[in-house]
Amino acid sequence: MTKRLLLGNDAFCEGLIAGGVRFYAGYPITPATEIAEAMSRRMPEVGGTYVQMEDELGSMGAIMGASATGVKSATASAGPGMALMQNELGQSIVAEIPLVVINVQRAGPGIGNATRSGQMEVMQSRYGSNGEVPAVVLSPSSVEEAFWLTVKAVNFSEMLRTVVIVLGEGMLGLQRAVVDLPDYDDIKLAERPRPSVQPDEFLGNYNANALSDVPPIADFGAGYKSILSSVGISRRGGGDISVLGLSEDDQDFTIRRLHQKILDRKNEITLFEQLMTEDAEIVYIAFGTQALSAIGAMHEARAKGIKAGVLRLITVWPFPEDIVRTCCAKARAVVVPEMNLGQVRLLVGSALANTGIKIVGVNRVDSITITPAQILEKTKEVLS
Amino acid sequence: MSVQSEMPAIKPVKKKLDLQRPLDELVELYAEIPARQFRYCPGCGLGMAQSAIMRAFHRAGVDITKVATAGGSGCYSVMGHYFKSNHIHGSHGRGCAYAMGMKLARPELTVVTLQGDGDLLAIGGNHFIHAARRNIDITVICFNNYNFGDTGGQFAPTTPLGSKTDTSTLGMPEPAFDACKLAIGAGASFVARSTVAHPAHLTKMIADAIEWKGFAFVEVMQHCHVLWGRRNGMPEAMDMMRFYKDNSVLNTSSVPEDERFDIPIYSEDEKNVKFVLGVLNKEQKPEYTEEYAKLRAKAMAKVTGKAKS
Ligand SMILES: Cc1ncc(C[n+]2csc(CCOP(=O)(O)OP(=O)(O)O)c2C)c(N)n1
Ligand code: SF4
Repeated sequence: MTKRLLLGNDAFCEGLIAGGVRFYAGYPITPATEIAEAMSRRMPEVGGTYVQMEDELGSMGAIMGASATGVKSATASAGPGMALMQNELGQSIVAEIPLVVINVQRAGPGIGNATRSGQMEVMQSRYGSNGEVPAVVLSPSSVEEAFWLTVKAVNFSEMLRTVVIVLGEGMLGLQRAVVDLPDYDDIKLAERPRPSVQPDEFLGNYNANALSDVPPIADFGAGYKSILSSVGISRRGGGDISVLGLSEDDQDFTIRRLHQKILDRKNEITLFEQLMTEDAEIVYIAFGTQALSAIGAMHEARAKGIKAGVLRLITVWPFPEDIVRTCCAKARAVVVPEMNLGQVRLLVGSALANTGIKIVGVNRVDSITITPAQILEKTKEVLS
Repeated sequence: MSVQSEMPAIKPVKKKLDLQRPLDELVELYAEIPARQFRYCPGCGLGMAQSAIMRAFHRAGVDITKVATAGGSGCYSVMGHYFKSNHIHGSHGRGCAYAMGMKLARPELTVVTLQGDGDLLAIGGNHFIHAARRNIDITVICFNNYNFGDTGGQFAPTTPLGSKTDTSTLGMPEPAFDACKLAIGAGASFVARSTVAHPAHLTKMIADAIEWKGFAFVEVMQHCHVLWGRRNGMPEAMDMMRFYKDNSVLNTSSVPEDERFDIPIYSEDEKNVKFVLGVLNKEQKPEYTEEYAKLRAKAMAKVTGKAKS
């Protein structure tokens, strides 16, 4: 372990490097620019490659190409850059190319407010791309967690052959903190499943039999005929892809498998922190930086004799409905503080449907942190 | 356990321009076409372009498992599936971006993009010009069929002024791109043009492009008689082949006799000629992955130097 004073955005970079990423393509954008800057220095130092592309579509395209050759790859962006990336995100997820994308969320729609922070892309992360693609999204609350979670993101993307989004925030990316960094050689890394058969027996990168399968993927140049395609591709019952397009049944199998391979491993990838929820009559459910305010509010509430607890969502997608339900077993009410107009609240609402639990939000879209006092005020309101 | 190991270095074995070799044998070596899945319209120029590419692979002596191709959406997009190479069939226009990643991550691969004129010059134009500017060692092959074939024949940035398409029924109102001039302007170090009606010349151009160290661009005039041809008085494949034959000249007389393939040489009075074929630009420049490797070595040396001191 070495102690280092790190910028949040640098913590993301070190997480990528520790996770084994050796190819980074980017296009600068506030508040994620420091990631491109740091990667331009760090990638060649660790034997990797940094390339600055002509736009975010290019960044995504380049990391898809690099990952196809077996090199772990990543990019980062924010706001309008993330909007541009949606097309390629969907392509990578359906083509099952492992990638990590860091979104350092800024505030507002359109160009938005570049230097301000927000939490407005919870739903975009899941529903931003066309055609019912699944999402795996992790959200850190601190600089140190930004490091570890990014390592995990790389591992999950390899294990699941999918894109993992790390949902950061400007407020976190531009924050400095002292972080304990491990020796990177001691970190356990995951590798994508690669073929264990000889090239002439290889049935392609989408040879899946069951909905839960993550089929082996052959690195370009390793001697296999390896095709990565974003045209719906899995055959029910296994076998190679069809250029002619799939039957209705194959399409059904393809789309369901993309989701099921993730859902079947939900226990492994669902990360959360649960504080004093066992007896809580009011539970605060929050993610990212705003979870810290929720924890503050919880301590103040407990000091006042209110049985409050916190569920901090670290894995935001797939949304952990079951965890929400367990944590709210004794709850009369739930408060969801978030810097948007109620995206997680909507999900909590559906998780707790028909339980009679009151669900309210504390929402800000002015880029100013929600305070524990605001959460407490809401607490009194719902409990009265 | 994975059986994949370190990639061995590729040793190119250059073969002679073997045009007599039966197509079946080439298909055996370089292609894998599932039964009943040949998806081009009967007589389409894409099939001819594909055989030229296979012959070019052979001539350049590539190991097909070390070839990585990339393409997006269009009639041509099935071609990448037909070769025994590795392939990304991704979104419309992104071929050069995929190729950038593949080549930078594994410079030992032979990287080729297969792209339509709409794919490369409309939606993918930005990636094309920037890949050319960087002089990265990839080969970009553009199938110029004067229109968007896959979506049913709308105009493309290459559609000749005045010609008819589904979205220019009264005649194309916009001037067209000259893809080769665009490539040269963007910095492409090797630029060539040929047509499917000149298979031997086309094969030579593609093989030279693959062997070229740096960014190589080949514009392949590939007829779409079914859509563009039919709307512009050339409804048969043969009409369009004749159109290419009658309107093509070689750019220079400096080409050795045996590589002219009976194509007439350009002369100043042939102002009306439509297709100037041949190598239109050839310029030695530093190659991007090699330059980056130097930079990487410097950065790594700096770090190990620091660690020692
Ligand atoms: C983002 C996006 N926009 C539009 C399309 C629809 N589309 C598919 S192919 C194509 C044009 C293809 O034209 P070209 O690249 O010239 O290839 P051709 O079909 O002529 O071989 C278009 C517009 C698409 N697939 N993706
Ligand atoms: S539509 Fe035109 S370009 Fe497309 S396959 Fe048919 S003939 Fe070829």
